[in-house]
Amino acid sequence: MTASADTTPSPSATFSSLHKITFVDIILWGLRIAMLAVVVGGTIGTLIKGTYSTAQWLDFFLFGLTIGGVYALIALGYTMVYGILRLINFAHGDITMTGAFSAFFLARSLHRAGILDSYPILSMTAIMLLSMTVCTATALIVERICYRPFRHVASLAPLICAIGASFAIQHTFRGMFGNNVRSYPDPEWMKGAFDIFGYDIPIIQPIVIFTALAAMLFLYVIVQKTKMGMAMRAVSEDRDAAALMGIDSNRVIIFTFVLGACMAGIGGVLYCFVYKQIYFYSGFIPGIKAFSAAVLGGIGNIPGAMIGGFFLGIVESMGPALFLDGIGIPAPYQLRDLIAFTLLVMVLVFRPQGLLGETLAKKRA
Amino acid sequence: MSFDIVAASRVETEDARPWRHAFQVGAQLGLAGFMLALVGILGMFNNRPIIVGVLTLGYATLGLVYASIGIVAARRHLFASAGQTVLAGAAAGLLAAAIVAILPLAMSLINLRTIFVALDPPLFKFLTFSRPTLLEGITVMLLLGAGLGAAGALLVELPGWLRRPLTGGLVASGMAGLFQELIRPVLANSSTTKPLHDLIYTYTGMKPGGAVLMFVLGAIATVLYTMVQPRMKARIDEMPAGSRRSLRGIGLAVAFVLFALFPLYAGNFVGQVFLLVGLFMLMGMGLNIEVGLAGLLDLGFVAFYATGAYTTALLTANDAHALAQLTWWEAMPIAVLASVILGVLFGVPVLKVRGDYLAVATMGLGEIVRVIVLSDAAAPLLAGAKGILSIPRPNFFGLELNTPVLLFYLALASSLVAAYVAWRLEDSRLGRAWTAIRDDEDVAQALGINLINVKLLAYGLGAAFAGLAGSIFATMLGSIYPHSFQLIISINILALIIVGGMGSLPGVALGSLVLIGLPEMLREFGEYRYLFYGLAIIAVMRLKPEGLWPSAAKRREIRAEQQLKQEVDAELQREGAKA
Amino acid sequence: MTVKALLKTEQMTKRFGGLTAVDKLDLDIEEHRIHSVIGPNGAGKTTVFNCIMNFYPPDAGRVWFNGARVDGVTPDRVASAGINRTYQNIRLFRNLTALENILVGMHIHLKSTWLGAVLALPSTRRDEVEAQDEAVRILDFIGLKGRGDVVSRNLAYGEQRRLEIGRALATKPRLLLLDEPMAGMNPRESRNMMDFVRRVRDQLGVTILLIEHSMRVVMGISDRISVLDHGIKIAEGTAAEVQSDPRVIEAYLGTTAQTALK
Repeated sequence: MTASADTTPSPSATFSSLHKITFVDIILWGLRIAMLAVVVGGTIGTLIKGTYSTAQWLDFFLFGLTIGGVYALIALGYTMVYGILRLINFAHGDITMTGAFSAFFLARSLHRAGILDSYPILSMTAIMLLSMTVCTATALIVERICYRPFRHVASLAPLICAIGASFAIQHTFRGMFGNNVRSYPDPEWMKGAFDIFGYDIPIIQPIVIFTALAAMLFLYVIVQKTKMGMAMRAVSEDRDAAALMGIDSNRVIIFTFVLGACMAGIGGVLYCFVYKQIYFYSGFIPGIKAFSAAVLGGIGNIPGAMIGGFFLGIVESMGPALFLDGIGIPAPYQLRDLIAFTLLVMVLVFRPQGLLGETLAKKRA
Repeated sequence: MSFDIVAASRVETEDARPWRHAFQVGAQLGLAGFMLALVGILGMFNNRPIIVGVLTLGYATLGLVYASIGIVAARRHLFASAGQTVLAGAAAGLLAAAIVAILPLAMSLINLRTIFVALDPPLFKFLTFSRPTLLEGITVMLLLGAGLGAAGALLVELPGWLRRPLTGGLVASGMAGLFQELIRPVLANSSTTKPLHDLIYTYTGMKPGGAVLMFVLGAIATVLYTMVQPRMKARIDEMPAGSRRSLRGIGLAVAFVLFALFPLYAGNFVGQVFLLVGLFMLMGMGLNIEVGLAGLLDLGFVAFYATGAYTTALLTANDAHALAQLTWWEAMPIAVLASVILGVLFGVPVLKVRGDYLAVATMGLGEIVRVIVLSDAAAPLLAGAKGILSIPRPNFFGLELNTPVLLFYLALASSLVAAYVAWRLEDSRLGRAWTAIRDDEDVAQALGINLINVKLLAYGLGAAFAGLAGSIFATMLGSIYPHSFQLIISINILALIIVGGMGSLPGVALGSLVLIGLPEMLREFGEYRYLFYGLAIIAVMRLKPEGLWPSAAKRREIRAEQQLKQEVDAELQREGAKA
Repeated sequence: MTVKALLKTEQMTKRFGGLTAVDKLDLDIEEHRIHSVIGPNGAGKTTVFNCIMNFYPPDAGRVWFNGARVDGVTPDRVASAGINRTYQNIRLFRNLTALENILVGMHIHLKSTWLGAVLALPSTRRDEVEAQDEAVRILDFIGLKGRGDVVSRNLAYGEQRRLEIGRALATKPRLLLLDEPMAGMNPRESRNMMDFVRRVRDQLGVTILLIEHSMRVVMGISDRISVLDHGIKIAEGTAAEVQSDPRVIEAYLGTTAQTALK
C-alpha cells in the first residue's frame, strides 16, 4: 500500500471537468425536444389542415374517455398491489383476460337465449360477477404461487415469476378455449346511439364510462371508509408498523388482490363489449397500457390511477389524429399503441413518480 | 442476522402428518393431470406413439404423473412401514385418478366442447381407455392411478441395488422412445448400425421388443456404472486438483465435440433443431451479459435481434426494398454495428431506471420498435407486414452455407465467440464493475464506477450478439417478417437464461438445449411450448433459483450459505447443550 | 504542515419535503486531520455524507474539494476527485469475496479496457496481476490477511467494517468519510477501530471525516469536532471546547445526554 503522495488528483479536476455535459444529457434533451416538436408541430399541422370536424374530435374524445375508464379500472389493480407489496403484478393484464374470456361463454349463452336482450341489467350483472369471480380466483392463485414465497425478499424473483405466470396463463387459456378470436355478443340495445346537441353518441360509451365511475366510487368508499381499507392504507404506508398495530398483513394482501381483480373483472368485460372480441392474448396490451396509466398517475396512488387511465385513454384516442396526422404520417391509427408505449417509457425515464407526484416510486427508479 | 434470498425462497413447510401429505400430493398432481387434459396436451401427446401399439406419449405422461405421486409421497419416508407407504401411494394415486376421471364423466353428461376445445371425442376415448362403457373406462383409470401410485411408492422403498437398475432401464427405454427422431437417423445412417435400428424401431415408433431391449441395456448400464463409480470417484479424488480440473475440462470438451458433430450424422431435421438451439444460445450469451452479469433485466432484447435481421435483409436481399446487394459476410458486421448502436440508444434513456421499472421500460421500447416496423409509415423502408424476401445464403470460401447443418456451424462458431468474450469479461475490470452494479448500484457508483459507460457497454455488447443472431436468422429463413420479432422472443431468451442459471455460460447452453431443443424435438409441443416456458420459469424460480447449471460464483454463494447455516446450527446446538 | 481546507461546504442545505435535514452548513475539513461530526439521532449527519458524495445533490450551497466544486456532479466523479466513504449499515458487495470487493474499489486506478480483457493483451494481464498484488497489500493493511477468498457476507462483523474501509481506501482517496465505524462494537473493538482509523491517517496521509452518534468514542481521536442538531451546526472546536458548550449539552439533554456525555 503506497502513501497518498502519488494519489493527489490532477489539477485538471476543476469545476468544468467535473460538471461537463455528457452526450447522455444531449440525447435526453434531444428526446424531450423531439417529443415536444411532434406534439406541438403535429397539433398545429392538424389544426391548420382541418381534416377533422368537431363531431370527429368529440368522437375521439368520448372514445378516449370510454377506453380510459377501462384502463383506469385495470390500473387500480396494479397501483394497489404496488402500494402494498412494491411489485409489479406483471400478470394482471392476463388475469383481466381470464375473467373476460370466461364471461364470454356466459354472455354468448345469454345472448343466444335472448336473455341478454330482454334483461340487460340482470344479464350484465351476471356476466360481470362471473368475470370478477374468475379474475379473483386467478389472481389469488398467482399471488399464492408467484408472490407469497418471495414476500420477504427484495429481488427481481417475483417479477420474473410473474412474467412466467403471464405466459402460463395466456397459454393455458389458449389450450382450453382455443386460439381463434371470439366475437363478444352485440345485443340490440347496445347498438343504439343517442343524440346530444346534434351529436350521435353510441350508447355503449356512456354505459362503460358510468359503470367504470360507479365501480371506482365503490372502491374508493371501501378504501376510505371500511376497516379493511384503512388497514390497506396502513400497510401501504409502513408494513412493519402496521404489523405492530396488529394488522394481519396476509389478509390485507389477499384483500388487495381481490379488490384489484374485481376491478379488472369489470374492466375486462367492458373492454370486450367495446371492442367486441376476445382471445387469449387480449389481456396483454391493455395490461401494459393500464400499467402505464398507473405509472402516469403515480404508482401506489389510487386516484392517480383513475386519472391516469382517463388521461391515457384520451391521449391515445386523440393522439394519432392530433399529433401524427399533422406531421404527415400515413395511417396514423396503426401507431396508436406507439403513443401509449412512448408515454410509458417517457414517464418511466423522466418522471417515474408520475404526473401527480407520488413519492413512492422515487426509491425504485 | 439477515435471511437470505435463496434460502428464503426455499423454505417449504414440512408437514409431519404423512397421510395428509400423501393426499395433498395426490390432489395437486391430480389437478395437474386434469389441467394437462383440459388444455389439450394429453390429447395431443396421444397422437405420438412411444411403443408402437402399446404406449403413446399421452398415456406415458399420465402414467408418469400417477407414478410421481407415489414417489413424492414416499420420498420423505414419513410412514412407519414400507407396506403403509405403498398403501398411501396407492390411495394418493387413486385420488388423483378420481380427479382426472371427472373429465370423462362430465364429458359424457354435457357437451363441453363448445367451451373447451380440447375436450373432443378422441380425448374421451383416451380418458376411458377405448372401453365400451364409461364405467369400465373410469374403473380402468382408477385402477391405473392406484396401481402406478403404489408402484411409484414401491420404487422408493425398494433397496438400492434393485431400484437403480429399474430406474435406469425405465429412463433408457423412455428416452429411446421419446427421442427416436434424434436417434433413428443416426442409427439408420451407417450400415453397421442399421440392424440395431431395425431391431429397436419401425418407421412409426419403437417396437415392443426394442423397448424391452432398451430397458435391459439401461439396467445393465446402470449396474455397471454403480459398480465402477465408487472406484472411479476414489481415484479422481486422489488426483491433485490440477489434473482433476483438466479431467473435467476434457469431459466438457468431449461432450462439446459430440454435441457439435451430432447434427452431421443426424441429418437436416436435427440440423434445423440444432441451428435454432445455436441461435438462441447466441442470443442467450448476449442477454446473459445484460441480465446475468450486469443485472439489467431487459425485456426489449428482441429489438436488437430484429435490427440485425432487418439490416442484413436490407443490405443483401434481392428485393425491391433492399438498399444494396452485399454478401452476407459484408453485411453482417454492419448489422452487428447497427444493433450495437440501437443497444446504446436504448440504454441511454433507461440509464437511471432500475429494477422492475427497467424491465417494463425496455419492454415498452421493444414494443415501440415492433409497432414501427409493422406500420405503414415505415413500410416504404422496411416493407411493413409484407416482409423482405430473397435473402441470399452466406458463402464460406466457395462453400455455400445452404443447409441447416452448415448454418448450425455458423451459429455454433458465433456462440463460441460470444462465450469466449463473456468468459474473458467475467473476471475483468469491466466484469467486476458489472457485478458491483448488479449488487448495489449506488455503492458501485460511489467507488468511482461510471454507470453510463458500464451500462452502455453491457447493452452494446449484448445487442451485438443479438444482432449477429438476427443476421444469421435472416439468412437462414431467406425472408423476414415483423411477426418474427415479438415480445415472446425476449421472454424465450430470458427463460433459457433463468432455467440454465443466470450468469452461467454452460447454463445458457444447457438452457437453450432444454427450452429450445426439447420442444423442437417433440414437435407435438407446438404452441404449448410457451406454456412450458412460463411454468419452467416459475418452477425454477421457486425450486432452484440458481438454475440447472449455476455459475461458479453462484455455486460459491450457495456453499458459503450452507457453511454459514452449519455454523449457525452448530452454535445453536452448543447453546442448547449449555441450557 | 500548511493548514488548508481540503473540503469546504458553504451554506450546504438539503430538504426532504417539509423537513430541512441539513441547514446552511459550513464545514472546513483541514488536511491530515481527523474531524468528527457528532449529534443526536436524526441530526442529519448521514445526510451530510450523502450530500458530499452527491447521493442526493444539495438543494443549495456549495461544496469545494481541493479547490474544485463537487456539488451537483455524479458520485463517481466525486470518487475520482478523491473522496470516498463507508456506510452506517455495512454495504459490501455481499456475494463477492473480500479480495473482489477491494478490486472493485480499485476500479478507477486500473487501466485495462474491456477490449484488452477480451484479447488478453499482455498489458491487461500485467495490470490484473499488479491489481491483485495491491489488493492483497490492502487486505494485509486492514488486518484481513489470508481472508481474501472468503465471501464477504461470511466475514465477522468487525472484519466487514474494516473491509468496507479497505474498499474505500482502494480508491486512494484524500478524504475518507466514515459513517459510524464503531457502531455495534464493544469498547475493546471500538478502541481497536480508533487505532486503525488513526493508522489510516498517519500511514496513508488520508484526511478523515467521521460521523459518530456519541461524543465519548470520538473524543480521543478527533482533532476537531462539529456538533449537529436538527441539521444545524451548533458548535465546533476541540473535544474540550465542544464538551463544555452549553448548547451542546442542551441538544443532548433529553435525548441521549447520559449515554453521550458519560
